[in-house]
Amino acid sequence: MATASVVNRREFLKTGAAGGVVLVIGFHLAPRAVADLAEEREKKIPNPFDAWVRITPDNHVTLILGKSEMGQGIMTSLPMILAEELCLDWKNVKVEQAPTNPKIYSHGTGGSGSVAGSWLPLRQAGAAAREMLVSAAAAHWNVSPDTCKAQDGGVLHGARKNFLTYGELVSDAAKLPIPDFKTVPLKNSSEFTIVGHDTRRFESREKATGTAKFGLDSRVPGMQFAVIARCPVFGGKLKSFDAEKAKAVPGVRDVFPIDPVAQGAFTAGGVAVLADNSWAAMQGRKALQISWEEGPAASESSASLHQQFLDNAAKPGKVVRNDGDAGAVLDGATKKTEAIYELPFACHATMEPMNCTVHIRPDGAEAWVPTQAPQWAQAVIAGVSKLPPEKVIVHTTLMGGGFGRRYQADFVMEAAQVAKVSGKPVMVFWTREDDMQHGFYRPASYHRFSGALDAKGNLAAWKHFQSSTSIDAMWSPKGKETPENSEFATAAFIPYQTPNYRLEYTVANSSVPRAWWRSVEHSSSGFVVESFVDELAAAAGADPLEFRLRLIGDDRKIPDFTNPKQGKPLDTARLKNVLRLAAEKAGWGKPLPKGVYRGIAGYFSFESYTAAVVELSVKDGAVKVQRIVYAVDCGRPINPEGVRAQVESAAIYALSASLHDAITIKGGRVEQSNFNDYGMPRIHEAPTTEVHVVLSQEEPTGIGEPGLPVVAPAMCNAIFAATGKRLRRLPIRAEDLA
Amino acid sequence: MATSFTLNGKPQTVDVSPDMPLLWVLRDTLNMTGTKFGCGMALCGACTVHVNGEVARSCITAISSVAGKKVTTIEGLSADGSHPVQQAWMEEDVPQCGYCQSGQIMSAVALLSKKPKPTDADIDDAMSGNICRCGTYQRIRKAIHRAAGMQSKA
Repeated sequence: MATASVVNRREFLKTGAAGGVVLVIGFHLAPRAVADLAEEREKKIPNPFDAWVRITPDNHVTLILGKSEMGQGIMTSLPMILAEELCLDWKNVKVEQAPTNPKIYSHGTGGSGSVAGSWLPLRQAGAAAREMLVSAAAAHWNVSPDTCKAQDGGVLHGARKNFLTYGELVSDAAKLPIPDFKTVPLKNSSEFTIVGHDTRRFESREKATGTAKFGLDSRVPGMQFAVIARCPVFGGKLKSFDAEKAKAVPGVRDVFPIDPVAQGAFTAGGVAVLADNSWAAMQGRKALQISWEEGPAASESSASLHQQFLDNAAKPGKVVRNDGDAGAVLDGATKKTEAIYELPFACHATMEPMNCTVHIRPDGAEAWVPTQAPQWAQAVIAGVSKLPPEKVIVHTTLMGGGFGRRYQADFVMEAAQVAKVSGKPVMVFWTREDDMQHGFYRPASYHRFSGALDAKGNLAAWKHFQSSTSIDAMWSPKGKETPENSEFATAAFIPYQTPNYRLEYTVANSSVPRAWWRSVEHSSSGFVVESFVDELAAAAGADPLEFRLRLIGDDRKIPDFTNPKQGKPLDTARLKNVLRLAAEKAGWGKPLPKGVYRGIAGYFSFESYTAAVVELSVKDGAVKVQRIVYAVDCGRPINPEGVRAQVESAAIYALSASLHDAITIKGGRVEQSNFNDYGMPRIHEAPTTEVHVVLSQEEPTGIGEPGLPVVAPAMCNAIFAATGKRLRRLPIRAEDLA
Repeated sequence: MATSFTLNGKPQTVDVSPDMPLLWVLRDTLNMTGTKFGCGMALCGACTVHVNGEVARSCITAISSVAGKKVTTIEGLSADGSHPVQQAWMEEDVPQCGYCQSGQIMSAVALLSKKPKPTDADIDDAMSGNICRCGTYQRIRKAIHRAAGMQSKA
């Protein structure tokens, strides 16, 4: 995985700069792998006063954010790191989005990697700026820098009377040599006054007053609003269209076709309708008469995909990992446990539908993009407009949710195509139906497990066959696919000790676009692994927590099987710790109110450790999740309140996919269209969520996604405790509970 | 066709198609973007406003139907975020992506105007039309209780 990703990311940077068709899988890189890339290492260290902090002579301090805020709180947690090393008073800090400049910033925001990847570089940048300010003050007073101290946004020497604000020092400081980032002294963590302290979200006032500007709120003088009619069947093409009635809709200004773009942006193409306002554009689209060439995907359905899974499972798959001889042990076992799990496609369903506003002029372009990948957006617009990337200004706006969907550039490609033809500023926006039916979905997958315990209750063998509509199979250049590489994560290096372990894989073909959905393959792997181990515990007649702890066994570090060089190993001590902590806080083993049952799961993802105990009741074929108690270890928490918020959020996101949502396919198209048939959990379904954050001193790791994978298995394990029924397909169905 | 109504306490006249939804009049004609588009079918509540003090989903409210009525949007709650519900939202750190929160806040304000001391069941009833994809429901509940406390002290 790592090798392929690195190559692709480099390929992206190269072709992106040339403005060609671009391909990016950088999102999936482990955060530290990004930092290790040659082009990252070769970046010239910028003056921190040009890149990371702007201080005006009247002492206004603005910290620059090189990542995208989509709700995960990065606009707060990253500036906290800078402010800590800069010894600023947090109350006076302002934050501003960085311009798109890949020479300075690693813009891509995903993989739960922003804090992990930025922790050290931002500390170094903040410390370098602080040292420069201290040196400037020392020179002013003609004293040794050792006798000066940065605090509260200024530098102090001796008594309080020798105090200069950063504003008074900045013009001198910015001219000083930049300290070596590798040796610049970093604060001792015992001195932290910002990092590790609960901090309210920086932009909450704007978000509570309606003044926060999301992509869809971009307003440019003279702009038009556009929607695109796309073939409902994946891969279908435009045959012909009649725009007469559409053009007759008041406010509609133009109607023209745009081409599909295959590898990279993966757009459907179609017919664009431009109007003076969004409503007129949508009305115009309804009035279009279009004939589509549906193409070969029209025969695909969820039923045909399920049959493909069964056919694949009837044959041996590619052996991904084989320790010992699981087959022989299972053949000889007197008692074995077998189970089949299946998960559907899932849609991101960000609250703010996709949109992008672009103005392409002959001499340059400007765009307002709610994107997790501003650099890719810049490259796409440069490619379409034939302008050099530096002539394309991309304003990264706030995002009404990302969850991986906004790492794509399909909506940017469409907007660039429309703006190129139009010549005017144009916002291409999607409706909810567009979003649900033309997404990049979490892969559908099928899992067959066999396991056996020996006489002592140890895990004698574990066998896992998986078939799925791989992400890699879609994104890798044709002929270079390694479809299994995007599909397992921790399922390939489970923490449960066994001498006989086998993992096989067969890719399932599909025309349905797939990509990175919150927690990516962990959303499936976590469910199946943590459900099956619970089945084994039940077969052994053991307590699910004790069984897990015993099978995890001694403290050790298990190398990341899929990414041994760059991935952090799984530290079993930390995993056991969160399992024990969640259990203790939930009162594991203690009686529950009548009709309430509990289940547990623990999992390692994005280099973080998460465990959850779910408490629920089952009544009249319906599951009511009442409480989720989490323990999370994401290394040093920068903003513990932000960590809790992310985990609370992941819990609901997971419940959405476990209780309600499936994207199903019929006739090569998505059957769901809006929140009536892709139902979100609502407030009355929301459990009480308690998040216990381990106050670790380890390096910070991801938290946007790791809260998600444990919910579905802990929930289904609780349902088993309640009903004796194992739910092996998601979302859960009333008939499975009956 | 011209339609006149009261918007956040001030007279407003717009000359648009009578079937144009209030949402798009606010957002595209008047450039008041605090009210959000989420589904277009009154399923998610992101577009929630008040019409004559009652909750309305502006995405399915034809502009002609608000003629002569009083419309309040998120921009009309307070000029500076000082409305108790907005204050409570900030203090509980409710918003994540924040996109749905204008609608959530408008629903919460309407609830509190009718039931100054709502129970959890009242909150479930009044707020279940508003989806939050970031799942901030637990904090929304706390913020409504907090706002209720602030209003009773005021």
